[in-house]
Amino acid sequence: MKFLWFHLMPYTDLPDDFREKHPSVWVDIDSRLFDPQRAHHMYNEFIDELEFAAECGFDAVCVNEHHSNGYGLMPSPNLIASTLARSTGDAAICVLGNSLALYNPPTRVAEEMAMIDCISGGRLIAGFPVGTPMDTCYAYGQNPSTLREKYYEAHDLIIKAWTTPETFAFNGRYIQQRYVNIWPRPVQKPHPPIWIPGGGSVETWRWCAKMDYVYCYLSYFGYKLGKATMQGFWEEMERLGKEPNPYHAGFLQFVGVADTREEALKLYREPAEYFYDRCLNVDPRFASPPGYTSEATIRAKVQSQISAASIRDGIKSMQRDWQAILDNGYVIIGGPDEVAEQLRQVATDLNVGHLLLLLQFGNMDKELAQYNTRLFSEKVMPSLASLFDDRWEDRWWPNAMPPESRAQPRAEAR
Amino acid sequence: MVAERHATGKPGTAAGGGAMSGPTERNVEIGGLPCRVWEKGEGEPLGFLAGIGGLPKWPPLLERLSADRRVIAPSLPGYPGALGHDQLDTQLDWVLATRDLLCAAGLEGADLIGVSVGGALAAEVAAIWPTMVRRLVLVAPLGLYDPDQPMTDFFAIAPKTLPQLVCADPANYDALVERPEGADEVEWKIQQIRAASAAARLLWPLGDTRLAKRLHRIGNPTLLLWGTEDRIVSPRLAEKFSAAISGATEIQAIPGAGHLADLDAPDAVGDAVLTFLGRA
Repeated sequence: MKFLWFHLMPYTDLPDDFREKHPSVWVDIDSRLFDPQRAHHMYNEFIDELEFAAECGFDAVCVNEHHSNGYGLMPSPNLIASTLARSTGDAAICVLGNSLALYNPPTRVAEEMAMIDCISGGRLIAGFPVGTPMDTCYAYGQNPSTLREKYYEAHDLIIKAWTTPETFAFNGRYIQQRYVNIWPRPVQKPHPPIWIPGGGSVETWRWCAKMDYVYCYLSYFGYKLGKATMQGFWEEMERLGKEPNPYHAGFLQFVGVADTREEALKLYREPAEYFYDRCLNVDPRFASPPGYTSEATIRAKVQSQISAASIRDGIKSMQRDWQAILDNGYVIIGGPDEVAEQLRQVATDLNVGHLLLLLQFGNMDKELAQYNTRLFSEKVMPSLASLFDDRWEDRWWPNAMPPESRAQPRAEAR
Repeated sequence: MVAERHATGKPGTAAGGGAMSGPTERNVEIGGLPCRVWEKGEGEPLGFLAGIGGLPKWPPLLERLSADRRVIAPSLPGYPGALGHDQLDTQLDWVLATRDLLCAAGLEGADLIGVSVGGALAAEVAAIWPTMVRRLVLVAPLGLYDPDQPMTDFFAIAPKTLPQLVCADPANYDALVERPEGADEVEWKIQQIRAASAAARLLWPLGDTRLAKRLHRIGNPTLLLWGTEDRIVSPRLAEKFSAAISGATEIQAIPGAGHLADLDAPDAVGDAVLTFLGRA
């Protein structure tokens, strides 16, 4: 079992009446709500929290990409990843990831990820999401009808750029480059492990199976709603004759742990409500640009009656009050033993070997985030760490340089 | 990847009204993929390229026009009855596909009506191939971008709000897209989504196809019709089209009609078109 400490970097000062006064946290959020001097402190505290998680023994620290988004302050996750590459020792650096179709040429992604892999001594996990409609089609103006084709083409170019020693020409449908020859090259050979954060699309499942990439389901709505999607993934894997190795999958879960359940309920209510009320206030008009979802996926969803596990449907059915957040398992709350038991069940039920944990969420401050992180690492992680390891090998984890051959950054950088 | 084709409308079943007989239907191939061509009436051919959403059904305007003219309505790639929008990557691809479609439908040198999305492409064909079009009718054409009155982003709207955006009376759009008895529920829905996707492929994100660079090449007599209640593009854009087109132009407002004036006011639009074509 692997534990990845994930930060969304939410802006923590959205006003109390945000939902009433503002139609959307995303795309056209009012920039006058953004105070750069407050953001200076937020960024530094968030980076402290990620570094603290690495010190506490989490297997990886994890960042992702959002644009024009009040709950995700990382338009460039690579900037944060590069500072973590210096300031952390053994933890993997999971960039989950870069939305490939947004980069022209996408060799930029190949270069930056190779840089992070070099700086970190081979600790990078390379995440390649298509990206949400809000990020890609609206904030970044990409055509929804060509987004996926561009994404697949960018992927092909990046893999070829990482693995081909010779300078080559790339003549794609969307990308033309006469001289592809990235410099630097990644430490990990043939390339860093590739993880694909995705919704519930059949094509993505098949593609992950074919390419042997990790499929990550990043839902904000917990294990109860996530179960249908993960079941769909494993059923597709079985149809394709792939073994049910839990490390072939990742799953995101919010967790709040305290010494007792009563204390946890007291501590985590406010940040959870902040997240589900203010951060997920997304205007539904940005949910489904025409052409973003393929006809095959629409047919599959309708015909198989799979609950459409997309952000849109999640938001539509989303609960915001505290009791519903708890009852629906959006956030797992409790004392250490209770949380460990629930997570054991989640991991076993969903057959997931990579648990991506949001232990900072909403407007949670650094002190509470670090308390949550420390308690989790000391009292929850140990009892779950060996789960799956008797049967399965994690073939999708970074293959870093041995610690003794790695550079030692100056103490001040740590 | 190309989805397999599912039948959408058959002759006789396509008509909106009970007593009307529908158009005849045939398919032509554009880039190896089928595009539906509907045809009805006698006399000189009159082409029709539809607006947002295309033609899931034979609409009242075409029924009316077909009493006077041989109306031919080819479906643009991705529009109801047609595939292949996902093969079109550039403006050149779109414009060539439109020209090929008009030729295959038997509309070379014919009068041509283009509404909304269809208007943007009809204007391109008239600009680039002067002999392809005889007289041109543009109904609230897209393709220009005016920073002072930008196109409403109809690709970013709350679910179920499209009808009230494109028609002054949403019931007119609802009637066009309402699933007829016997039509497959999933495929009927996918047909609408595909049409929206095709329009997005051409127009994303601002609706600016750089048509402005080519409008001056249009030497045809051109009628510009615009619904006074257009909530997608301001009727004031008619002046910009008129000023840029070098042929003789005429602007006529359609009172009370929305962006798809052909759906809101088929009689007024039909009268204006037939008067213009009868006179010029």
